[in-house]
Amino acid sequence: MTNKHPLDFEKPLVEIEKKIEDIKNSMPDGAPATDELKKLRRKAAKVKKDIFAKLTPYQVTQVARHRDRPYALDYIEAVFDDFVELHGDRLFGDDPAIVGGLARLDGEPVMVIGQQKGRTTKEKLFRNFGMPNPEGYRKALRLMHLAERSKIPVITLIDTPGAYPGIGAEERGQAEAIARNLREMAVLNTPIVSVVIGEGGSGGALALGVADRVMMLTYSTYSVISPEGCAAILYKDAAKADVAAKALKITAPDLAEMGFVDAVIEEPMGGAHTDPDKAARNLKASVLEALADIRTDSLGIVKNRYEKFRKLGSFAEDAE
Amino acid sequence: MVWFRKKKVSSTDPNDRSLKVPEGLWVKCANCGEIIYKKEVERNLNVCPKCDYHFRISARSRLAVILDEGSFIEHDEGLIASDPLEFKDLKKYKERLKSSQKKTGLSDAFVSGVGAIDSKKVSIGVFEFAFMGGSMGAVVGEKITRVLERGAEAGIPALVISSSGGARMQEGIHSLMQMAKTSAAIARLRELGVPYISILTDPTTGGVTASFAMLGDIIIAEPRALIGFAGPRVIEQTIGEKLPEGFQRAEYLLEHGMIDMIVDRKTMKRTLSRVISMLSGT
Repeated sequence: MTNKHPLDFEKPLVEIEKKIEDIKNSMPDGAPATDELKKLRRKAAKVKKDIFAKLTPYQVTQVARHRDRPYALDYIEAVFDDFVELHGDRLFGDDPAIVGGLARLDGEPVMVIGQQKGRTTKEKLFRNFGMPNPEGYRKALRLMHLAERSKIPVITLIDTPGAYPGIGAEERGQAEAIARNLREMAVLNTPIVSVVIGEGGSGGALALGVADRVMMLTYSTYSVISPEGCAAILYKDAAKADVAAKALKITAPDLAEMGFVDAVIEEPMGGAHTDPDKAARNLKASVLEALADIRTDSLGIVKNRYEKFRKLGSFAEDAE
Repeated sequence: MVWFRKKKVSSTDPNDRSLKVPEGLWVKCANCGEIIYKKEVERNLNVCPKCDYHFRISARSRLAVILDEGSFIEHDEGLIASDPLEFKDLKKYKERLKSSQKKTGLSDAFVSGVGAIDSKKVSIGVFEFAFMGGSMGAVVGEKITRVLERGAEAGIPALVISSSGGARMQEGIHSLMQMAKTSAAIARLRELGVPYISILTDPTTGGVTASFAMLGDIIIAEPRALIGFAGPRVIEQTIGEKLPEGFQRAEYLLEHGMIDMIVDRKTMKRTLSRVISMLSGT
């Protein structure tokens, strides 16, 4: 599949793909592939593999933010059936940056909740670039409590640059909304599976991420601060984002290795946007597996989840 | 050609009559700008006698203001940051830790243990803002969690006094997850019916506000303390306009229903004592 909006580091690939297109266009329809074409295709595959095998963490960030990357509603459409979207926090409003509702996963009812970005300018503004306001987090929590009472699992799809830093958000208690979600998710008595599908932006991501299983797509990121933010504050130079991205260890493999992520869901080479169906199939299989796995937890869901988060974070301890 | 030249007054000139503040004797109020005799400020619990601004004070000074004299027993002093990411920006994280340790005499940005308020036992922890801006890494998160767990085990109220810029970036995801860890510990405390009191002082922002700090059964702030999720500069940059006067100050949060009360330093201990007493049914 061709990549409509290639990233800077994909240039070598773009050139080969363009040649392939040119040759194909010059050939009559239905003509068998020439040797040259076959060779170019093999070369394209190899170049792609080379590029994606050694993406820098900041390049991964760019793939995670790719304009064509599948968003929460794309996965909801592809992975789940019979989605019934539910709206509003019953307190203030409905936040389009978080979508949620009932759906069926392989026939079983679940509550699916995700941060939603927009693709066109109009949609981006409507979804506030995937940056939720407090009412988004409060809607999510309302749906999670409903899932708990209905004894159905919760699946969250994380994809946000962060919670929105605005006047209204502060006024209505952005910090309190996030904090409450963290506390309530910790004791929610129903299975929770979280998948970071794009950007896992700090507390605004974690507010949907206190789960029994936390998984990430290969080219997604999860971080305490954006590489740009970290570069501006610690390196005093926003252009050092690539250095900051590396230092922060924000990629799925790094986070899995450190034990913060339970599984990395394999993404198509080139990014989920180059083969959204495959990405969705992989995501579905992993979520189903995780749900089956959680059901076998012997100690009880809430106790296990507490233990899981209780352990997180490394420090040293001298004997007193 | 310059006809008149202003004579430059060198700072060592003995005739220099411009205002000099002898090191350590006088302090300038960060709020009203008044130059005040330091001893007078200290006598006033580090509150400006002119404008009631509450100076940022050390963790130990805070404990002294709130707890019965000699009642504090420190716990978890042995917790030390392990630099899990081997982080280096303009400086190595290890060096930043060392210089903060030297400056404050503390191992990290949090002092915790048990103590008594008017003879009522409490599990308590206090941030040290002078230690890397009171940022929360794995050590701070662990200490807070233990404050909450000690409260749960002993059935005594848990108190956390916050003063923090938020998560400690140098620990990356390790610091982010402290938000979840501490909040989960609060969920357990609630189930046991043990009260948790959160005291917010200037400043309390970021991941600290968005976790345990805003989860108090009772939330008390010091006057004029800056309290928010995002820092004012980030918000200004995002929305591209100036923030209204008093935005994100304690008084603003009280008005918007986010905190229970604003209590000044002089009456903090007495207020805590009354609240704890009644919450424990006595």
